[in-house]
Amino acid sequence: MTEVLPADNNREVALVDLLDRVLAGGVVITGDITLSIADVDLVVISLRTLISSVGSLLPPADLADGAG
Amino acid sequence: MLSEGVWTYAVIGGEAAEHSFGRLRGVAGEPVRAVTGSGLTAAVGTVRLDEFGEEALRRHLEDLDWLAATARVHDAVISEIARGGAVVPMRMATVFLDDARVRGLLAARHDDFVSALDRVTARQELGVKAYADPKALTGECGSGEHQSGEKLSGTAYLMRRRRALASQDDAFRIAAAHADRIHAGLLKHAVAGKRKPASDRRLTGRDGWTVLNGTYLVDEGRVDVFRAAVATIDRNTPGIELEITGPWPPYSFAGDVVGL
Repeated sequence: MTEVLPADNNREVALVDLLDRVLAGGVVITGDITLSIADVDLVVISLRTLISSVGSLLPPADLADGAG
Repeated sequence: MLSEGVWTYAVIGGEAAEHSFGRLRGVAGEPVRAVTGSGLTAAVGTVRLDEFGEEALRRHLEDLDWLAATARVHDAVISEIARGGAVVPMRMATVFLDDARVRGLLAARHDDFVSALDRVTARQELGVKAYADPKALTGECGSGEHQSGEKLSGTAYLMRRRRALASQDDAFRIAAAHADRIHAGLLKHAVAGKRKPASDRRLTGRDGWTVLNGTYLVDEGRVDVFRAAVATIDRNTPGIELEITGPWPPYSFAGDVVGL
């Protein structure tokens, strides 16, 4: 089993999980009280464009190093 | 023309003093401060719209370095506040036009925030991913995962029998069945759980299939039990590797109560 601790020194490893939560989770407020940026579609599109670059930043070896 | 906006991190119960978060710095390096109203407090920071406004954010969200750095700070602020008690995290990049509108939100959605805070109080979010090795599942290479003399669980025994016959398609069905069983098993130790879409394989950097991307809300007193359950399943399920992350602020369990 691999253990990843986002709050400690393995944050690099947890980037995918972090983005999965801060961009897809949390309370979404829409309407004219905010700027119209908390938009799920926008974020999904952004993540798609980021997949290749994120992948290159997270070689399998790094993930393996995260083993607790 | 506005030049500043109000980035929101989280909502907590009670009306905190203006400088309660004084030592915390936010996504723009700004001091995190409190906006209070209706018995609630929003942790916010004043940010420049030329970097954090709508147009700038659209541009920045495509910049991985910016995105990663900002996500880490957003999460770090929320995590730090969560040390002091229950938090309802705001989705990253929620920027209000001014404090008055933040207060307006606290008033308008007061009951929902209170419900969400109740739900996550004294609970933690833990993520569990399951990766399947198709070759191990279909027996294309020996499992080697069981030492002789180790007692096989019923599932593991059946797995071994099935491996001899299984094709790649079978492997996927087996992996999916494992994922269903693992999720159901973990739910027994959690207050709530949900399955999220699997991360892209290029994002996980793993060769195997991600068959489960689960996240679970667990009572603080049950976190050790939950972790032990994950470890046990990991040990007893050949061909499946589990990865646990967290604890996280309750990103996946506060929003569905308050969500608009």
